[in-house]
Amino acid sequence: MIPEFGHFALIVCLLLSFIQVAVPIAGAQTGNIAWMRIARPTARVQFALVLFAFGCLIYSFLTNDFSVRYVAMTSSRLLPIQYKVAAVWGGHEGSILLWLLMLTFWMTAVSIFSQHLPESTLARILGVMGFISLGFLLFILLTSNPFDRLIPAADDGQDLNPLLQDPGMVFHPPMLYMGYVGFSVAFAFAIAALLGGDLDAAWARWSRPWTTIAWVFLTVGICLGSAWAYYTLGWGGWWFWDPVENASFMPWLMGTALMHSLAVTEKRGGFKFWTVLLAIFAFSLSLLGTFLVRSGVLTSVHAFASDPKRGVFILIFLVVVIGGSLSLFAWRAPKVGLGGRFSMVSRESMLLGNNVLFAAAAGSVLLGTLYPLFLDALGLGKISVGPPYFDTVFVPVMAPALFLMGVGPLARWKEASLPELAIRLRWAALVSVLTALGLTLITSHFSILVAFGLLLAIWIVVTAGFNLWSRIRPLPDSNLHPLQRLKGLPSSYLGMLVAHLGVAVFVVGITMVKGYEVEKDVQMDLGDIVEIGPYTFKFKGVSEGEGPNYRFQRGDVDILRNGEFVRNMAPEKRIYLVQRNPMTNAAIDTGFLRDLYVSLGEQVGNTAWTVRVYYKPFVDWIWGGCLLMALGGVLALADKRYRIEKRNSKVTTQNERTA
Amino acid sequence: MQMMKNLIFAGLMFLVLGVSTAPAKEALPVGDDPVVQARMMRLATVLRCLVCQNQTIADSHADLASDLRNQIVELIHQGKTDSEIMDYMTERYGDFVLYRPPMKTSTLLLWFGPLLLVVIGGAALYRSAQDRQRNVADETELTLEQKRLADQFLNRKSSES
Amino acid sequence: MSRFWPLAIFFGLVAFLYVGLHRDPHEVPSPLLGKPAPAFALTRLDDPSTTITRDQLLGHVYMLNVWASWCVSCRDEHPILVEYVRKHPVEIYGLDYKDTRPEAVAWLEQLGNPYKAALFDSDGRVGIDYGVYGVPETFIIDKKGVVRYKQTGPISPDVLMNTLAPMIENLQKES
Repeated sequence: MIPEFGHFALIVCLLLSFIQVAVPIAGAQTGNIAWMRIARPTARVQFALVLFAFGCLIYSFLTNDFSVRYVAMTSSRLLPIQYKVAAVWGGHEGSILLWLLMLTFWMTAVSIFSQHLPESTLARILGVMGFISLGFLLFILLTSNPFDRLIPAADDGQDLNPLLQDPGMVFHPPMLYMGYVGFSVAFAFAIAALLGGDLDAAWARWSRPWTTIAWVFLTVGICLGSAWAYYTLGWGGWWFWDPVENASFMPWLMGTALMHSLAVTEKRGGFKFWTVLLAIFAFSLSLLGTFLVRSGVLTSVHAFASDPKRGVFILIFLVVVIGGSLSLFAWRAPKVGLGGRFSMVSRESMLLGNNVLFAAAAGSVLLGTLYPLFLDALGLGKISVGPPYFDTVFVPVMAPALFLMGVGPLARWKEASLPELAIRLRWAALVSVLTALGLTLITSHFSILVAFGLLLAIWIVVTAGFNLWSRIRPLPDSNLHPLQRLKGLPSSYLGMLVAHLGVAVFVVGITMVKGYEVEKDVQMDLGDIVEIGPYTFKFKGVSEGEGPNYRFQRGDVDILRNGEFVRNMAPEKRIYLVQRNPMTNAAIDTGFLRDLYVSLGEQVGNTAWTVRVYYKPFVDWIWGGCLLMALGGVLALADKRYRIEKRNSKVTTQNERTA
Repeated sequence: MQMMKNLIFAGLMFLVLGVSTAPAKEALPVGDDPVVQARMMRLATVLRCLVCQNQTIADSHADLASDLRNQIVELIHQGKTDSEIMDYMTERYGDFVLYRPPMKTSTLLLWFGPLLLVVIGGAALYRSAQDRQRNVADETELTLEQKRLADQFLNRKSSES
Repeated sequence: MSRFWPLAIFFGLVAFLYVGLHRDPHEVPSPLLGKPAPAFALTRLDDPSTTITRDQLLGHVYMLNVWASWCVSCRDEHPILVEYVRKHPVEIYGLDYKDTRPEAVAWLEQLGNPYKAALFDSDGRVGIDYGVYGVPETFIIDKKGVVRYKQTGPISPDVLMNTLAPMIENLQKES
């Protein structure tokens, strides 16, 4: 019965979502306060219903109810309990329900933290979000119902894909979806503002924290996905420009541009055209990603089982939502207005330059991801577009943005002087160049790419330090100590510094790993050794055993550094009992400055195995950098101006007064 | 089946013989020559495994992938250049097998698209800044009448305070 | 008028995505179409001392069917070929891909042998030359030795009747 309750909850939710779309928006157009006020409670009840349905699904998994088709496809009796929960979003139907859960969660959050918003604006925002939830509810109920029954019930399930039986599966999708779906808030704010004709600095100020939180979640989500791939796939890779990875990266790029654009609109009232467009694009890319991953249009290790019928539905939904919002934009654009003027050299123009570069980067990723589809649709043959393309194309587009990251914060609003900037930055430039060159010369071999990457990273750090110093250095007419001045700095400023520092750390990680990593593919028999730098890897054999739902072969490898024992590594090959695909679990020794990575290959004799051994310098700086970026976002959110205060006065807008 | 028997046998041997007491021996690279091996892997990381869901033949465990890796080693031993080896693959499997799309008329847009996007964006940025200089200047300048009113208001205020 | 560009580009994108929904991203077209069939010299499955080369087959229209005893979907396809050969004067040569002789021979005994000759490609080298990536695959080769068609995946009765059989008939009429 429980699955039926869940199903019923979703149907009720669908009916509610109709109300949530129609009534508040009509109310906002006509000034009917009662209608507008319906938005808040309907949003919250939707969340409660979806949460209940989700709970029913979890219950079905935990009780091994294999009469539910989705449970039979994604779980099994022997699956450990934490993976039974993670399996809830391990397949298409459950992950779409998770999407919906996140959406209704954000809807509820907006309904709560919106005391300062005019009633009509809130009504429109929740109406738009309600429209999206309507679409997803229809999609679930018509094509992807997780509560479909399997008659007769299966005896045991087909098990969760072994690759997903990992802590990564517990955290990565929820984080990622919180991010993707979170951009729907900025989207809804933009549409609401276009509908109401009140696109102004206040709109930007309200949108910003929501955008930042979503961005933080998405950053963490992508970071987790990459780190998970690294330790689970056994070949030391952490990003493949796979279509599904790109589907999460494009919204991130647009979202980053959006965050920066909102800053300008909030402070200077400018960029409204750009900012609204970016808000629409960011969420559109989230929706497009959902389409790409579930329609069978592209091949990917991550893609869900494809079904053209689902693909058509999502495509229609895309046309309505994205087509509708872009039409609304085109119609209302002339009314958007221009905002303040600025010269070609100014903080505004640099931020706009940043927007252009990030948007172009997102566009390039989209181009590469969809190009095989374009050519195939035109009958021009089948090609593949992989890492060689993306690596070649992405770096030149992003490099200028990294350069701007140093200059932008120092430039004045509205009008900055190029000569003045050049003077202020000349020391930073000199230090950066010398340090980058120096570092590359003292390492094993000089590489121009490494030097360039280090140059950009050091440039970011030095200019950030310079910027910080200019804000906290002792002034001649005050006796404030730098540390005291530091405490007085707004949290959003510190957030920016930390986030940019995170980018620098990230760049160092990528540069060093790509420039200096060492891989050795060897056959090892008992007692054999292989050396990389000061490290020696000694193979001591392979033993066998059983886990909860798999059998494993476990390698025994000692690591020595300059002859002294460091630690023992146990790379594994597992065969899961239900799905029977072999899986490699690499053994990794994580260090601040390097990772040592060992993975088992194949058995090639009685006791000999092929083994892959890697030395990866600075690889953890990649994910450390991402986490710093996310931390920067959190700091920006902690800024005093976002503190929630009890306000007594309600803001009303023209519509309400005159209606 | 054969693999299972090997594994069990290996496991028993391991138990019976215990840890080897021979002196530590430098491990042999997979295949004969580390240079050839390295070159093969470099080529293999840009070739697509056709039976996989988006993986290179370097990383894939599939039979076809390992066959092709061996084939590459053989071609290297035959003295073929990198571009000849790539041609060998595309003659048999088409352009689909290359992860680096070839530069052809049909892929010009792909390779130059990103640059085009940046240029278009840059041009839009430039025009936008210019437009602002003109239009916003017009919008924000006060008319003479507005100026007179503003002065009046300001004078009144200062005389009141 | 730049405000209409995003909308226009979006609709273009949708058109492509719609077309894309009806294509199969896994299907890889063969670059061999219209080119001479790659040369081979393989022993017969049933007689290791006899070798058959590609050149010996010039002047005939034939199907080259790639199969293996370990291939599950080959079992579905095989009866169709057996039936077809019984009723039509068509030459089918089998390419036994990465198999073992005893198991392959037993498989043919069990399921029937439609092949004029079954060729034994134990290490799959000839398969690679033909761009084989997943058995079963079938090629149609004309009298001049040029590859005219490639079928990836098992042959269904539908495909046989509507595509392959007519094509073979036409090719046989060619000089």
